[in-house]
Amino acid sequence: MSSETRKKVATREGYGKALVELGAEYPNLVVLDADLAAATKTGVFKKAYPERHIDCGIAESNMVGVAAGLAAIGMIPFVSSFAMFAAGRAFEQVRNSVGYPHLNVKIGATHAGITVGEDGASHQCNEDIALMRTIPGMVVMCPADEVEAEAAVKAAVKYEGPVYLRFGRAVCPVINDGPDYKFEIGKGQIVREGTDVTIAATGICVGNALEAADKLAQDGISAEVINICTIKPLDEELVIASAKKTGKVVTAEEHSIIGGLGSAVCDALCKANPVPVCKIGIQDVFGESGPAEELVEKYGLDGAGIYKTVKEFVGKRDK
Amino acid sequence: MTNLELQKKANEVRKGIMMAVHSAKSGHPGGSLSAADIFTYLYFEEMNIDPANPKMEDRDRFILSKGHTAPGLYSALANRGYFPVEDLKTLRKLGSYLQGHPDMKQIPGVDMSSGSLGQGISAAAGMALGAKMKGQDYRVYTLLGDGEIQEGQVWEAAMFAGYRKLDNLVVIVDNNGLQIDGKIEDICSPYPIDEKFAAFNFHAIHADAHDFDDLRRAFKEARDTKGMPTAIIAHSVKGKGVSFMENQADWHGKAPNDEQYAVAMADLERIGESL
Repeated sequence: MSSETRKKVATREGYGKALVELGAEYPNLVVLDADLAAATKTGVFKKAYPERHIDCGIAESNMVGVAAGLAAIGMIPFVSSFAMFAAGRAFEQVRNSVGYPHLNVKIGATHAGITVGEDGASHQCNEDIALMRTIPGMVVMCPADEVEAEAAVKAAVKYEGPVYLRFGRAVCPVINDGPDYKFEIGKGQIVREGTDVTIAATGICVGNALEAADKLAQDGISAEVINICTIKPLDEELVIASAKKTGKVVTAEEHSIIGGLGSAVCDALCKANPVPVCKIGIQDVFGESGPAEELVEKYGLDGAGIYKTVKEFVGKRDK
Repeated sequence: MTNLELQKKANEVRKGIMMAVHSAKSGHPGGSLSAADIFTYLYFEEMNIDPANPKMEDRDRFILSKGHTAPGLYSALANRGYFPVEDLKTLRKLGSYLQGHPDMKQIPGVDMSSGSLGQGISAAAGMALGAKMKGQDYRVYTLLGDGEIQEGQVWEAAMFAGYRKLDNLVVIVDNNGLQIDGKIEDICSPYPIDEKFAAFNFHAIHADAHDFDDLRRAFKEARDTKGMPTAIIAHSVKGKGVSFMENQADWHGKAPNDEQYAVAMADLERIGESL
């Protein structure tokens, strides 16, 4: 299916949908918001289970602490806010009140990355993966589409311990709708096999990398595309095996090239199989206002941008 | 327990604090000593707990939001029977379970990890709310420093707890008047503390932190208060019980040397004998 014809849904929709389903199964699941229930898509949970939805008002630091207290007495709290506030504003609360005691708090961070769009740089969090993956014991996931978002939320509930879930505001194509799709925390997936270059992507960049791979194929470049939903713990085995096969790795993420998927992949490769790596992402700059699609294009994260960067990278390496 | 029994226990708690901090050669004696009677009252009189079963489902919870005064909490827990008093000497040492700040993963009786100021009160509010959601009737107590309440998160939590009418929550402010850099009113005054909590829909009351009759009255009043959480502003003396530490900001986070330790223990022995 080409990217134009695929169904397009924002990953945050999958978050809300999964919570409603899980609410029936887990009576101890509660959802906390900081005045953004409509935007984080937890509003549907609030409607279904009003007695288990806690709006904490615009006070994210306290919200994370309240969640820690709820987890300490055996509840499963999902803390929801924009990535900027969940991972940024409340970083130290997540680190000390949730991470250090390894409490069973799930952080559902929406509106991550530049696809926040028109709100601009103040709300475009390109640093959350980096922040969260430095916390010992924290699982970090960034689903590629709505299907994977739902699956990741359901897997997070079954996992005992803190989990950071990263969702986007903007719609993106559904790519994981095949009958064989299955999700496991810590497992990456080869979504397209190739031999010349590996593209390890996360979030919206997975679909865009597949689009790029189509174009690269027309130029005779065979790109292997790996969907990395779980950035921590990273599926090192899969990444290393692919790198051994292709000898060249490109990472693609809607996040700073510092500390995100690109860094995680480099950390893994330099241990076992160092190969040249090219990081596609936000190049150590702040974002800006604009429609999500135009921003994705400007920052080179769309199919055309990934294609161009991979082609240059492969060309340089082959010289 | 009678007041005399509580006074004797509190004196043992103070000795444990000195022993631990002296052995560690670091730590926070001043605020541990100012809160020693509060720790004693909570663990020997007020709270429904069982040292033999520290994870008892319906136990009352205590969160030391001013986590740096861990020696005070550890000494109370040890004297209450959660772990050997002798272990206090391992405080802050490599390999010891008695971490510099409370660690719920390792220490029997510690209900929440804490240490970064302003965070414990939020977790306490979460536990109190959770108890109500689950239909359980245990109570949640949290102790804050008067310097700690300069942290903005404290007031986020206070707004939340007041709005949610968490009458199973008691916030105690150890009002010893001193923080590391000096007097709280000279640094960034949090006064009036009672009016602030009252403005956040708390029942705000005062107590003498070193008078068990007064503590008994205050905690009973908290228990009898329905529809709102209670804040007890506990007026205390930093370093209480050790002559040279009393009212000295310098002793916020410093351990006594051997000579000073001998003086401190002699002070506490004298107090013990006078009871």
